[in-house]
Formats: sequence, structure tokens, C-alpha cells
Amino acid sequence: MEKVKIKIENLSAWYGEHQVLKNVSFDIYENKVTAIIGPSGCGKSTFIRCINRLHEVIPQAKVAGKIYIDNKNIYDPDVDPMEIRKKVGMVFQQPNPFPTMTIYENVIIGLKLNGFKDKNKLNEIAIQALNEAGLYEEVKNKLDSLATKLSGGQQQRLCIARALALRPEIILFDEPCSALDPISTAKIEDTIIKLKQNHTVIIVTHNLQQAARVADYTAFLFLGELIEYGPTNSLFTAPKMKKTEEYIRGVFG
Amino acid sequence: MNRKLKDKIFQFFIYLSVSIVSFVLLFITGYVLYKGFSSINLDFFIRLPKPVGEEGGGMVNAIVGSFMIVGIASLFSIPLSILTGVYLSEYKNEKFANIVRSSLEILSAVPSIIIGVFVYGLVVYPMKRFSLLAGSIALSIIMIPLIARTTEEMVNMVPTTIKEAGLSLGIKNWKVIFYIILNTAKPGVLTGVLLSLARVFGETAPLLFTSFGNRFWHRSILDPAAALPLQIFVYAIAPYDDWNRQAWAGAFILIIIVYILIIVSRRLVLKYK
Repeated sequence: MEKVKIKIENLSAWYGEHQVLKNVSFDIYENKVTAIIGPSGCGKSTFIRCINRLHEVIPQAKVAGKIYIDNKNIYDPDVDPMEIRKKVGMVFQQPNPFPTMTIYENVIIGLKLNGFKDKNKLNEIAIQALNEAGLYEEVKNKLDSLATKLSGGQQQRLCIARALALRPEIILFDEPCSALDPISTAKIEDTIIKLKQNHTVIIVTHNLQQAARVADYTAFLFLGELIEYGPTNSLFTAPKMKKTEEYIRGVFG
Repeated sequence: MNRKLKDKIFQFFIYLSVSIVSFVLLFITGYVLYKGFSSINLDFFIRLPKPVGEEGGGMVNAIVGSFMIVGIASLFSIPLSILTGVYLSEYKNEKFANIVRSSLEILSAVPSIIIGVFVYGLVVYPMKRFSLLAGSIALSIIMIPLIARTTEEMVNMVPTTIKEAGLSLGIKNWKVIFYIILNTAKPGVLTGVLLSLARVFGETAPLLFTSFGNRFWHRSILDPAAALPLQIFVYAIAPYDDWNRQAWAGAFILIIIVYILIIVSRRLVLKYK
């Protein structure tokens, strides 16, 4: 039996008056990769940005409903969003390393600005994070050069390492490969599959093959509503809803 | 007229304009360097001005004075204006931010001599003395709008995803702003600071009413103090050949300082582009 890591209950989200998520409810399982698919503008990114409470930093953005991580509602008033964000790492669509920092600084900055000072431990964590992101071998001799000197794919893996350095339990990927070439994409997909040993992974993608390759579970969102959710295999081969089937066949999207 | 001919004519005018503009710059620089270089000697850097009628002497007090006036002005203006710039960018749409932004815009257009008169009324008159400090206050008023507006623009140019990346690491908002966003905007902000320094190093008018000038050492920042542009002004209009020569030397030093500031700021921009 799978263990539920994240329980989403009647989640709705708005930008101003515009509602982008409508009463979404489902469970996300521990140590699995869950893909969120759906056409552009259907609320995929907004959805995962609710899980690390990043949606609310946009002016006039609003959230309603509950998200339980390990049975604790992260929208309870006593919850500090900073603590949630340490527990829930995020990798963005465009590689966004901090451009004036070195590769090494990029990896440790999260720990450093959260008050972590032990230099040796930082070193150790940085190397481990880079290894897990599959980047260490490529950069071990140039940890002190600027992060922007790396290729796009390497930058994205650096961003993964940066998120991993905080030892998050959950990692969100927001279309992490949409700006990358196929080889870089393959490397990142490998990393994602390895990450699920110790993390719960959620990936937004509009590449259905990618969802099929990496995800154990897939959720299909359409116009802010959850249409269908289930094991990736059955969702792709035997969709229960007509909308899902049409989307997978490429009728729209 | 055929297309190629039009193209040639257009090109000719472009080159002509560029040549005129660069000629003016090269001519001014060249002439000052030539006149200044031949008048410069070690005494210029280590001696005080000689009394009227005596040959020789230098401008050491004006060189030190200039650096002190600008240095103290920087102490006031750099932190104040960078924080203001960050505020303007972070709270873009607040009403108060709009008021501050317009005020800065107007302030940056106020002729510098008026700022001099203003500081005269505000600082010099109540204290009953001209002072280096008053000069610094005048120059910092000139620097603040320049640095604040560049900081705002540079912080605005930092992509939202950088800020979100910082927040997504669980870092507190103010730390994201100061350690990540400002750090990302640093080359641009520094460029703004350097250019504002280059601007105020050469300011003369506001100093006439404030630090006033001094043929001797200032003993504290509450004394009237010499500054390079002031000294150049006095020496250049004096009827003595030796003073005129020293004015050229002063101009030479001033132009070198300003060029260094500009070149360093150019390099900063290029390094991170």
C-alpha cells in the first residue's frame, strides 16, 4: 500500500478575479513521481506553486482549500511558509542560477542564508547535492567559476542541486526540460527517477512522453479542474474520461 | 537617385557625425592632457598653494579636500539611495513610491548651483561657517537621485524567477532582496555609483557656497576646505601665469580621476554582460 505524502483537498486558486484552480482534490504518494499534465494555461504551474506556498507571493494571488503534508495543513495560520519551502524544493522552467554567484555559492546559498554556518558540513552537503543532481563530475574542477558559464542543461542540474542542498522531502519540477535539448532532458529525467528513492517528486510537463517515461502517477488538469488521476500506465492506456482520451490522442492542447 | 547612392550618402553623414563628436572629445582631452601634463610636477601633489606673487607650490589640500568631500558625500548618499532604489522597485505600485520617484526625478533636474544655495541656507548660514561637511551634503543631494534611480532600474531588471528561486529555498524575503537580488543587480548598481562619483567630482557651483575653498589645510570637516574644481576655477581666472599653469594641472588630475571612474564602470558592465 502506498503512503500518502501530500493530501490535496478542495484546492482553488486565483489571480485577482481569475480563478485558475477549481476544487482540486487528490492524494500524492510518497517516494513516487507524479506528473501533472494538461494544456497550457490549465493551472499546472499554479497547482505546484501552491504546494510550496509560492503562489501567494504574486500580488493579488489567492488560495483556498487545504494541502496536508504529512497530515499537517500547510495553510494553517500557524505555519511559516519559509519552513514549508525548505521542506518542498522547486526547480523552475527556465534554469535560474544566481548569475553573480559561483557554482559552489549557488549550491550552498539556501543553507547559508538560512543560518547554516558549519563550513565543512556545507562542503560535504554541496558535493552530495551536486552528485545527486548528476553534475559533480562535470564541475568538480571549476566550483569557483560563475554559474552562468555552464550550459543550459548544466545550469538546470545546478538548480536541482541548489534545491537538494536543503534536504527537502518533496521536490517540485515546473516543466524543467522545456528549455533544454534532448540529451540534457534525458539526464534530468534520469535524475528525477533516482530522486524518488528519497524524495516525493511532482513534475509539471506538457510533454506526454516525458510523463510516461518518468511518472508513476499522472494527474490531468483541464481548465483548472482535475479531470483524471491515476497510475500513469492506466491513464495513458485506458483513460476513463473522454477529455483525457482526447487530450492524449492530441485532439486539443 | 539609386538605392546604392542613397546608402553611400547616408553612410557619409553617419561617419561625419561620429567624427565631429569624437573630435570634440579627443580635442578637449588632448588639450587638457597636453597643457596639464607639462605643468605637473611632484610639488603639485605634495605642496600647499604659495602666497600670491610667489612661484611654485601645489594643490595637495585641494586633492585631499576633493576626495574627502566626495568620500563623506558617499557615506551619506550611497546607503540612503540604494535603500531608496530597492524600496522603489519592491513597492512599485504604492502611492508613496510614486511620489518618491517623481521627487527624485525633479531633484535630479535641479541645477546644481541651486542645491549649493539651498545647502548654504540650511547648513552654512545656521552654523555661521563654510565647511567641508556642507560641501559633502550638497554633493550627496546631487548623488542621491542618480544612484537611487539606477538602483531601481537595475533591481527591476533582475528577473522575477531569481526572486522566486530565492524564496523557494525558504529564504526570508528581506534576505532574498539584500543577498540575492541586490547581489544580482550589483554590477549595475556599482556602475551607477561610479558614474555619480564621476559627476560630483567635477561639480564646482554647489561647492562655492558650501566648502568655499581654502588656501591652507582644513583642520576639521567643519572648516572651509579646498577642492580641485574650486581651485581650478580660482586659478584659471587669476592674472598670474603660474596659477594658470596650475589650473591646467588641476584639470589634468580631475579629468584622469573622472576617466578612471568611467572606465572602471564600463568594465564592470562588460564583465557581467
